[in-house]
Order: sequence, then structure tokens, then C-alpha cells
Amino acid sequence: MITVNDKGTYLYAVTLDTDLACPEGLAGVAGAEVRAIRHAGLVAYVSTVPLEQFGAEPLRESMEDLDWLGETARAHHRVVEAVAEGKPTAPVRLVTVYSDDEQIRGLLSRRHDDFVEVLSRIADRQEWGVKAYVDLASAPPSEERATGAGGPGAAYLRRRQESIRGREEAWRQAAARAERIHDALSSFAIASRRHRAQDPQLSGRKELMILNGAYLVEHDRGEEFTRLVEELRGPGVDLEITGPWAPYSFTDLADPAEPEVLGDG
Amino acid sequence: MVEDPRGAALAREGRLPPERVALVDLLDRLLAGGVVVSGDLVLSIADIDLVRISVRALIMSVRECETTPDDGMRR
Repeated sequence: MITVNDKGTYLYAVTLDTDLACPEGLAGVAGAEVRAIRHAGLVAYVSTVPLEQFGAEPLRESMEDLDWLGETARAHHRVVEAVAEGKPTAPVRLVTVYSDDEQIRGLLSRRHDDFVEVLSRIADRQEWGVKAYVDLASAPPSEERATGAGGPGAAYLRRRQESIRGREEAWRQAAARAERIHDALSSFAIASRRHRAQDPQLSGRKELMILNGAYLVEHDRGEEFTRLVEELRGPGVDLEITGPWAPYSFTDLADPAEPEVLGDG
Repeated sequence: MVEDPRGAALAREGRLPPERVALVDLLDRLLAGGVVVSGDLVLSIADIDLVRISVRALIMSVRECETTPDDGMRR
């Protein structure tokens, strides 16, 4: 049973312990003050939060409340951004709540080497997001056909056949195109990752999202990266770029030596 | 002609608030990215649950918008 007085420690991000002070006057989730826990050469950025809001049960409901979710996500993001301004920062997954500070210290000791490894991997690097959309309804003619043999008549027939094969082919082409764009961006980036394509209801666009990629790029090559994205734009494919982000998509910790049991079924 | 997926028309007309679209990009990262730690947590919601739940919240909110009157000024 959770009472009004029960508190938890909400974790936003972890960095190496440097001389830089904790950003002052920073408000986190639920308006709570952000403070730093220094331990084992690392710093955890946390807030004390009421468990009547951040306990497992209340959260099940809150996560369905878009206003709450949006506010909490933005607050979490704001803290991560403020911290990442000054030094390499490993953001932590949304709503990661411990029962007290002592457990956070335990985490910093236990996973020290893993955090250090992640932080060195993302140092001086930023994440960019690139989303690609195609409008399948007005898919452009395939490039191969233009060089095909035969006159305009044969070309017409081929075009008809293609329209019969229709959507399936358009899908295949879109997928291949997404693959090419992702390959080009990945070979420029230090690391890359594909997120699940967003539902049109969520992306807010009627076109099909064929790529929702995240790319880890050297801090000083951001401009070059955005130019590359511009170059990859082509007829029928629209590219949307977001970022730079703190390296949210590139902070996988190594698997713990002994797998810890997850509490949920 | 297949009916538009819910929300698509809304989005096409530019009535999907931009802050909501950006929120989707943010949630991609906050719910599928970031350091995942386990053990000692107060929370024990599986990751997949979080993603499913929040996506459902977003979709439901789009549907709510959709059912408001076109002029949106009636109240």
C-alpha cells in the first residue's frame, strides 16, 4: 500500500564525475528539483518523486494519460538536455524509479564499468533522427524501366504490367529505398539504429514511413550529416531530420554478468 | 477507395498539433532508448508495455480530436 509520504528516486541520466556542478534551479518530472548523486566516479541526476504518482500501479494509469505522458517526457528530456550540454551523458529510460538514493549508489557501483564504457562510446557525439516517407499512391516509375529495350509501345505495356503488380512492387521498392538511405547514413555515422516506423496516425502524415533511423554522429560533423540527408532526398521520397538529440538510442549497457530478474510477467 | 486511417485526414489538414508530432519522436527515444537498468526498481513494467500503453494513449487522443466539431469553436 502506497501512502502519501512514500517517496522514490527518479533517475534521468548518468555522467562521469567532473568538476561541473549540477545545473542549478532545474525542474524535473512533477516539478521536482533535480539533484546529483556522486558515487564511484559517476554522477546520477535524480529527483525525489512521490510514489503515489510514480509507483508501478499509478503509472499504469498515468501512462495512458497523454497530457501526463507528454509533460513527463518533456520534463525528463529537459533535464537530459541540460546535463548533456556540459558533458557526455547517458540518458536513462523514461520513468526509471528507485526506492531510495542508496539503491542508486548501488547501481553506480555495480554497473560502473558499463556506464564508463557507454559514456566513452558517446563522448563528443550526437544523435540525429532521419525519417523517410514515400507516397505509395503516386510512386514514381522505376528507374530500371527507362533504360529497358523496346519503343514507347513496349514501355507502355511494361508500365501497365507494373501497375497491375501494383502495391506489392511499390512496397518492395520503398523498402529497398529505405535500405539504401539507411546504408548511406549508417556508413557516415559511428553507429546507427532503426526505430519502428511510426503509425501514420502518430507521424501526422499520410505517406508511409519507410525509415525511422537514429544515427550517432561526431559532434563537429553534424552539418556534413544534414547535407548528406539533403543529397539523399529524391523524387517520391521525403526525408525529415530531427535532432541533434542526446544519444538516447545508443546507450545500451552491456548485459549484466548475471541476468537480473525482471519483476513483471 | 479505402477509408483513411483515423487521424490521417486530421493531420493532412494540418490540425495535428506540432507539439504532438514532436512528442512522438521524443517517445521513440524515451521509451525505446536510454539506459535500461533492472533490479531494485520500484517500477516493474516491462518495456514493451510502456510502448504499447503510450502509443494507445496517443492514438486515443487523436481519435478524441477527430470527434470534435469541424469548426472547433462551438464551445
